[in-house]
Amino acid sequence: MVNLMIDGIPVQVKEGTTVMKAAYSIGIEIPHLCYLEGINEISACKVCVVELQGKEKLITACNSPVEEGMVIYTNSPKVRRVRRTNVELILSQHDCHCVTCVRSGNCNLQKLSNDLGIVEIPFREELPNVPWDHNFPLIKDSSKCIKCMRCVQICDKVQGLHIWDVQNTGSRTTVDVADNKTIECTDCTLCGQCITHCPTGALRERNDIPKVFDALSDPEKITVVQVAPAVRAAWGEALGLSVEEATEGLMVAALKRIGFDYVFDTNFTADLTIMEEGSELLERLGNPEKYAWPMFTSCCPGWVHFVSKKYPSYLNNLSTAKSPQQMFGAVTKTYFANKLGIHPENISCISIMPCVSKKREAALPHMNSAGAGQDVDIVLTTREFVRMLKAEHINPRNLDEETWDSPLGESTGAGVIFGVTGGVMEAALRTAYAVLEGKNPDADAFSAVRGMEGRREREFVLGDKVLKTCTVSGLGNADKLMQDIIEGRVNYDFVEVMACPGGCVGGGGQPIHDGCELAQSRGQQLYQLDVDRTIRFSHENEEVQKLYEEFLEKPLGH
Amino acid sequence: MSRLKIATPNEAQLTVERLYKDLERRIIASPPGLCPVDLQLSFLRMCHAQTCGKCTPCRVGLGQLANFIEDVLEGRANMQTLKLIKDTAQDICDSADCALGYEAARMVLAGFEGFQEDYIHHIKTGKCSCHITQPVPCVALCPAGVDIPGYIALVGEKRYEDAVKLIRKDNPFPTACALICEHPCEARCRRNMIDSSVNIRGLKRMAVDHAKANTVPTPPKAESTGKKIAIIGGGPGGLSAAYYLELMGHHCVVFEEKSKLGGMLRYGIPNYRFPRERLDEDIETILSIGVEVKLNTRIGHADGEISFESLREEYDAVYIAIGAHTDKKIGIEGEESHGVMSAVEMLRNIGEENMPDFTGKNVVVVGGGNVAMDCTRSAIRLGANKVTIAYRRRQMDMTALPEEVEGAIAEGAELYSLKAPHKIEADEEGNVTAIWVEPQIISKIDAWGRARVVQAEVPLERIPCDVVVVAIGQGIETRHFEEAGLSVKRGTFSAMSDSEMKNAPGVFAGGDCVTGPATVIRAIAAGKVAAANIDEYLGYHHVIPCDVEIPAVRYEDKEPCGRIQLAEHEAGERKQNFDAFECGMTEQEACQEAHRCLRCDKYGYGSMKGGRAAIW
Repeated sequence: MVNLMIDGIPVQVKEGTTVMKAAYSIGIEIPHLCYLEGINEISACKVCVVELQGKEKLITACNSPVEEGMVIYTNSPKVRRVRRTNVELILSQHDCHCVTCVRSGNCNLQKLSNDLGIVEIPFREELPNVPWDHNFPLIKDSSKCIKCMRCVQICDKVQGLHIWDVQNTGSRTTVDVADNKTIECTDCTLCGQCITHCPTGALRERNDIPKVFDALSDPEKITVVQVAPAVRAAWGEALGLSVEEATEGLMVAALKRIGFDYVFDTNFTADLTIMEEGSELLERLGNPEKYAWPMFTSCCPGWVHFVSKKYPSYLNNLSTAKSPQQMFGAVTKTYFANKLGIHPENISCISIMPCVSKKREAALPHMNSAGAGQDVDIVLTTREFVRMLKAEHINPRNLDEETWDSPLGESTGAGVIFGVTGGVMEAALRTAYAVLEGKNPDADAFSAVRGMEGRREREFVLGDKVLKTCTVSGLGNADKLMQDIIEGRVNYDFVEVMACPGGCVGGGGQPIHDGCELAQSRGQQLYQLDVDRTIRFSHENEEVQKLYEEFLEKPLGH
Repeated sequence: MSRLKIATPNEAQLTVERLYKDLERRIIASPPGLCPVDLQLSFLRMCHAQTCGKCTPCRVGLGQLANFIEDVLEGRANMQTLKLIKDTAQDICDSADCALGYEAARMVLAGFEGFQEDYIHHIKTGKCSCHITQPVPCVALCPAGVDIPGYIALVGEKRYEDAVKLIRKDNPFPTACALICEHPCEARCRRNMIDSSVNIRGLKRMAVDHAKANTVPTPPKAESTGKKIAIIGGGPGGLSAAYYLELMGHHCVVFEEKSKLGGMLRYGIPNYRFPRERLDEDIETILSIGVEVKLNTRIGHADGEISFESLREEYDAVYIAIGAHTDKKIGIEGEESHGVMSAVEMLRNIGEENMPDFTGKNVVVVGGGNVAMDCTRSAIRLGANKVTIAYRRRQMDMTALPEEVEGAIAEGAELYSLKAPHKIEADEEGNVTAIWVEPQIISKIDAWGRARVVQAEVPLERIPCDVVVVAIGQGIETRHFEEAGLSVKRGTFSAMSDSEMKNAPGVFAGGDCVTGPATVIRAIAAGKVAAANIDEYLGYHHVIPCDVEIPAVRYEDKEPCGRIQLAEHEAGERKQNFDAFECGMTEQEACQEAHRCLRCDKYGYGSMKGGRAAIW
């Protein structure tokens, strides 16, 4: 243990602890900006400076380990002056038009500046201007970038894609797309982790809310909205709702208040995905020589894009099933349009996703089942959904719970856990077991696949076969997995990959809480919803059964 | 009213003088990879501040040129701007009164030629094509990429054994480099910005003096792959490749034509600079992991030689690291006389402990490189009456390290500069009696900044002597390999940057035989590169790790502090023998010097990109 003194208070911490954490342990929160624990501890912003007694030069609390006998001041006159100057310098190169910024109210820089009482900046404003394609689903505004490097680090260290890098040198150094490329020309999977780890509004998703309002105000259009599983575990966060308050029913009510004609659940097509993907797995297992192994899940567009860009020779390993979002779009514009007796062109299919990559997936040219435009017309992130509620001055607390519309509203517990890493695997195993054994397993029989570790290998006995499974979240982990598969170091039958750490609950379209990773607690909510559902097997979803009877005939039929 | 005054600089002038010095040191420490256009603009702005203001082109033109370049950097320029920059700079060059103006414009024109592509890249993409890749300047400049801040910190903590282990991750010759490396790492040391570079080689010497390489355990070897690799040449490059490949589990056999290993380290560098027993510490370590050696074995077609073709057949890969061991002739009359010898021959004899007897003789060494200095200082130690260095340019133009030249002069060598060899005079028995030289005058400077010489309009001079040592460079014996079909250009093997030979799968080459005579660290780096690529070629991806934990930074204010220089024995004493003349640091000195290191691995860009490659 190391003993030191911070602001006159003695503190004892473990060796290797940073000054920042030592101070935190006694209730002193040292202001910081670029710091992101374990990911970005590079002291770039120089906001967390503190004075070490006896030394002229200030040290940075975020990455300086404690030493025995240190005497630290976090508010000495020198610290106060330097901290303020550095924030002012950052502000001089930051577009401070907070009123038009998506992160206003949830911006570290704004909060820091307000907390320090900065009311004027003595430095000349110098805003960089790097051109950007605003049609791309990911938007970078260089005039708001504070060069904290978090996006570079998240993409390098967690996602392993190296999309961002420091560009230019000297005073013109900035953060931009690596290797002088434009973003469209990179392997960016649109996982959106750079957005959720950006301390300011420099990174955001493309704003598709106006398109939704246009659809809502078009009298010719029937608006159909679907909501992904992980959205229900996070939408209330940014509205100040507790987990208990932010129920599915309240979310449905809020969507109906906005004015969507039909409010459906992506969980429905998650169950459908299991029928298709589970059947595909059994088909592949029955005819192993006909297929490429292992079989990969295909519901995460970030992962699918990753495979197509980095490991195209493994495209055949991906399940041929569309993602739940796209199945939903396809079913809406065919089966549901048919049921309503209207032309699919008159349906505007909107989805609310915890994901930025879904915006690209929906726009892929082949996602057009009815020949009447894209199956999914507009994709909003959870954050955009929340913004829309605010714009419509809807306070969910004042609403009464409502139920999903029918027929695409019913879902099982197996569908709801799609939103968390391991969920697709677990749901698929439940149904595959039932098909092979002719009876349902215990619903929790496959809960061993759960967990927040980036890669989990499990084996299950399925019929007369031992099924080797692997569940991965985070693309850095996925890359290692692919290397291991290519090098022959591992051998699996079925692999689930979600691009975002923790799965969709930790998705790049979810509400942002600086410095907090909420995937685990959101995942717990989904597991609770699973337990609370009366039906926990996808094959028992009655509306899905009906869809097969009336339209699809049998799994793998289309 | 006084008619004249004594000019004394005021405080402002004195401060500016100090700032000039600061700037000079700062330029020395400029990191690699900066945007050349941005630097050009900064240089130009300084030039503009120097204008006296009389003439239009300099007073106005330099500022307008700067505006154009700023437009390029700020994305406001088009291709027309480039033409304007060039034309304006040329006009300033052609019309400015004095060097303040025309030299400033010439710098812009030079940059325009040198990095026009970067200008265009800025205009077309709005971005710079340059990039800082290795954030730590000393590591960036070390050909082998040794973890310099890491081992300096370890020396500072007196963890000498760990320092040797860490160095060995990238360089299996820690002792050799501690004693004789040309230390390119020190050139851009960021410490220059405060005072002067850290004495990196001196600190490495501290490590190997206190933890002898052959007492520091080697890392465990990977499981045997069953592959066999032939290494031709037992010098630093060949042995480096052998060491890493053997660690990776491939069995290496080194073929060496001489009776001992070490190459130029033994047969080119005299004992007083690098004592043989110290060389053996490195070699012993390398051999200890199982590298097999065949001494006195030549590769060729003659009797008792092994042909290159048979090596290719018998081994899974071949690394050619034969160095540059043949001598070059001046090509003057009398060069065949008795008493004329090449530097290679002289130093090889010394390496084989077959000492030439120079007692009482007058020796002239022709050349100005490090090898010439080695010959000069060896000749003094061999009892010569007088040793003269005849060099065609000036002392400052010599390619030898300044300390080597100064050392030679301190030991009594005469430096006869601006003397080009003309002919060698011999008596009837063919023994050298003198060398005739042509006096030169220094002349115009060429495109690489090197001053040329032209013959002075004065008579030839005669330097009486008994021995002439020709130290004007070395060549490479490529004939046998050329006959075997390997590609050789301008006397060197044409290997690619990954050291593989074109059109000869499995054949790699590196070191002096590819680059021409260079430094030991470049040969070691080539061996390391070859080892990595031979491993890949054989279908493996072994990594060379090092588990030494690097000490954390100390919270210290970096106050200016002088650089510790290594002491040398007094010239009058050291020139009597071939014993090592350089002394290591004391612990007190090493601690102070180690803590001058600014730890660029932990501060600055290093903290973001990671200051080190923990494995390769």
